[in-house]
Amino acid sequence: MSAVLVKDLTMRYRGHTALHGVGLELRENTIHGLLGRNGAGKTTLMRILTGQEFESSGQVEVFGDAPRENDAVLRRVCFIRESLKYPSYFKLREALAAARIACDSWDADFAARLVRDFDLPANRQLKKLSRGQLSAVGIVIGLASRAPLTLFDEPYLGLDAVARQIFYDRLLADFAEHPRTIVLSTHLIDEVADLIEHVVLMDGGKVLIDADADDLRGRAVSVSGPADAVAAYADGAAPLHRSQLGGHLRVVLTQRPERPAAGVTVEPLSLQELIVMTTNRGDRT
Amino acid sequence: MDEGRPLFQQIAEQIEGAILDGSLAADTQVPSTNELAAFHRINPATAAKGVNQLVTDGILYKKRGIGMFVAQDARRRVLDRRREAFGRDFVEPLLAEARRLGLDAEDVKNLIEKWGEGR
Repeated sequence: MSAVLVKDLTMRYRGHTALHGVGLELRENTIHGLLGRNGAGKTTLMRILTGQEFESSGQVEVFGDAPRENDAVLRRVCFIRESLKYPSYFKLREALAAARIACDSWDADFAARLVRDFDLPANRQLKKLSRGQLSAVGIVIGLASRAPLTLFDEPYLGLDAVARQIFYDRLLADFAEHPRTIVLSTHLIDEVADLIEHVVLMDGGKVLIDADADDLRGRAVSVSGPADAVAAYADGAAPLHRSQLGGHLRVVLTQRPERPAAGVTVEPLSLQELIVMTTNRGDRT
Repeated sequence: MDEGRPLFQQIAEQIEGAILDGSLAADTQVPSTNELAAFHRINPATAAKGVNQLVTDGILYKKRGIGMFVAQDARRRVLDRRREAFGRDFVEPLLAEARRLGLDAEDVKNLIEKWGEGR
């Protein structure tokens, strides 16, 4: 069964359209990477999936039901936004207590372990925490919620590299023990490339790529060498990117050609490079 | 992990490597997919795909409820396959570079003899 099913989803605001007929299916018990540039529509999509906004048109199902004002669905969903706001008097304890009420599958012991892992002060008001510590609070809540559908929207503002690694390690370990559907929206593609099983790339309110991460890995290649040899190897395939220096040509192809690479250097593209090339419209030649 | 190739393939190759160098002997248990995932910091489903690939190839076998084990003839199978691929993976690129540098097969043979000495 799919955790999320979206068909022909359009979201119009006054003056602009954030989502243009998006179609998407997210498998259950999978870590999905939701990637794309700022303004691509990722947050809007997640807000609709979590019932915080209502679609203009189209079909949205979370665990087989519409999320819109549907408590049975929303109790199984946890959405960690980029900057969560808490009431001004809240301390960590209050934030965790509130999360416990909201999430049926909350694990208090796991939350306590994570608080120690991230070295979070329990008795300071949240508004006095640093930006990174506040992000860590969101991550603790998102992980300890164990919600069947957990969405993280760029959860690590201000979080240092060590804390991010703690997040990735705890996420993987806990996911292995308690499989659930995770949606991770991030710009740090290199960091999460090995964690995510499925990639959704959005651009301009549309889905550009919807594929398994391992299928994408090594599919696109950068080919370089003498211009005529590169042209012969590419054999008319439209390049994603092309640059030339004298007689030396480099093209990026979305699919590695089947023929032998005679006289050219073929290098696979990382997921991050592929995403950047795919969404960098200003650079297309 | 190498960014440009499917991770499941790299997981399979690493287990094959351990079988080749003898650190995973016949009938010993291989690490679980969760252990592999945690060690390599990759998605457990991807690790499972690599392990399952080896089961399909007859290099590992499954004991229900216990885990994955190295097949009796796993080492021979891996050796056969690697030897078959040796020409394409190593000799062909070697000769291509030799041609670019104006070295013929005889030169390459001499170089192999020279560099093989004392090994």
